[in-house]
Amino acid sequence: MLPAPFEYHAPHTTEETLELLDQLGDEGKVLAGGQSLIPLLKLRFASPAHLVDINKITDLDFLEERDGTLRIGPLFRHKSAERSSLLASRYHVMADAAPQIADPIIRNRGTIAGSVVHADPSGDWGTVLLALDADLVLRSKSGSRTVKARDFFSGPFSTTIEPTEILSEIRIPAAKPQSGGAYLKLERKVGDFATVAVAVHLQMDDGKVRSAGIGLTAVGPQNLKAERAEAALKGARLDDATIKEAAALAAEAAEPKEDHRGSVEYKRNVVRVFTERGLKRAYERARGGG
Amino acid sequence: MGQSITVTVNGEKKTAEVEPRLLLVHFLREKLRLTGTHIGCDTTHCGACTVLVDGTPVKSCTMLAVQADGQQVTTVEALAASGTLHPIQAAFKQEHGLQCGFCTPGMMLTSVALLQEKPDPTDDEIRWALSGNICRCTGYMNIVKAVKSAAAQMKASAAVPEAATASARS
Ligand SMILES: Cc1cc2nc3c(=O)[nH]c(=O)nc-3n(C[C@H](O)[C@H](O)[C@H](O)COP(=O)(O)OP(=O)(O)OC[C@H]3O[C@@H](n4cnc5c(N)ncnc54)[C@H](O)[C@@H]3O)c2cc1C
Ligand code: FES
Ligand code: FES
Repeated sequence: MLPAPFEYHAPHTTEETLELLDQLGDEGKVLAGGQSLIPLLKLRFASPAHLVDINKITDLDFLEERDGTLRIGPLFRHKSAERSSLLASRYHVMADAAPQIADPIIRNRGTIAGSVVHADPSGDWGTVLLALDADLVLRSKSGSRTVKARDFFSGPFSTTIEPTEILSEIRIPAAKPQSGGAYLKLERKVGDFATVAVAVHLQMDDGKVRSAGIGLTAVGPQNLKAERAEAALKGARLDDATIKEAAALAAEAAEPKEDHRGSVEYKRNVVRVFTERGLKRAYERARGGG
Repeated sequence: MGQSITVTVNGEKKTAEVEPRLLLVHFLREKLRLTGTHIGCDTTHCGACTVLVDGTPVKSCTMLAVQADGQQVTTVEALAASGTLHPIQAAFKQEHGLQCGFCTPGMMLTSVALLQEKPDPTDDEIRWALSGNICRCTGYMNIVKAVKSAAAQMKASAAVPEAATASARS
């Protein structure tokens, strides 16, 4: 299968990229890991006139903690997330998710930023960023703006990014002591998209929940943030009753559709069970265990 | 519209005019006639088209040839370039790590990259590393055995460089 013809650009700097995107408008499309875009081009679900490949820009592959913020660059790939000791030690929800994205060969090229912009309701990273309450920095030739992850997704494969913008940085509040997270994903086989997945991030404060983030994958038109469940946890002690209540609220927030991966009831129940398990695991980790 | 690219394929610089939409796998198979790289699914699922780009396994049906400009590509043809089988090939043969052989080039290249990174992988690590390469024939047991056996072989020959060079000379 060959994509429809297009013109190919491989700029060496972000400035050049933004200039090009500005000129191309609707005709241009950014190419990052290509692990979603190239299959789409081959199936002719997309046929942009111009591809702007950012892989030749050398300073976009970064993960760093600076000034109280974890910053992720556009070319930070799934495999680097999988191998990062920083994520493994303090950003559990990310470390859990990384090895569950696609398969190892796809992870060698695919990027976190590309997944987020692709906005597949069954994609995992958007959910993780919702749980972590991330900010997305969108940059164009004329400037940059910052959008909350929860305001970024606007439907299946749709976001509020403009064709002239790139996602130039993902910003996550730096993990503090007494924080923990977990990502639980049900898949039919290794390498598959989620039937259901749940992301949890907890910030504890002397036995009470200071803040909770819960994201849901593959149970709605986009990655969902279970805001009522999060609110129910705030300020509470994580006893069994509280965990059960939050899990029930997360299940209510889910809007699954029946498909070959399962029925509505089944998926909703998995959300409930995974939220319970995820909260327990995150709590354990926040206390320095597991 | 052609674009000129220079890719080092199996150690040799190849320059060609290609259409930007040409996939790396077609560049290898059709332009360079390196047909050891297979196309299985053409949808990024099976790993039959796996090659190494700058040493990293990549599904060549999901990368453009123009993206390989200036990079090093290794295909299965490079493994026995010296005329003797690479230890991974010898091990796949010895341990019956293949039946029809369709997945084998991809399996071996992913394995070579794994052994570069982890010379002594556990069964789990092998299975994990190969989880993007699908085999419809073998049931994987012998593939895992083959990778283990290649690892042992490569370790043994690395441990006795003297003997290896001596036998290469004789
Ligand atoms: C078989 C298979 C299984 C998969 N399984 C999973 C899975 O289990 N979970 C999961 O989450 N994903 C899965 N994926 C998708 C994979 O994670 C992709 O890597 C990811 O969705 C896209 O990232 P990319 O870097 O490859 O982006 P690309 O394919 O290059 O781009 C995707 C989209 O994002 C845009 N884009 C990319 N980067 C930027 C940027 N910095 N600024 C602006 N726009 C940008 C592109 O224009 C395009 O529209 C799977 C893919 C395949 C083929
Ligand atoms: S042919 Fe490329 S992954 Fe199957
Ligand atoms: S040996 Fe036939 S597909 Fe693997």
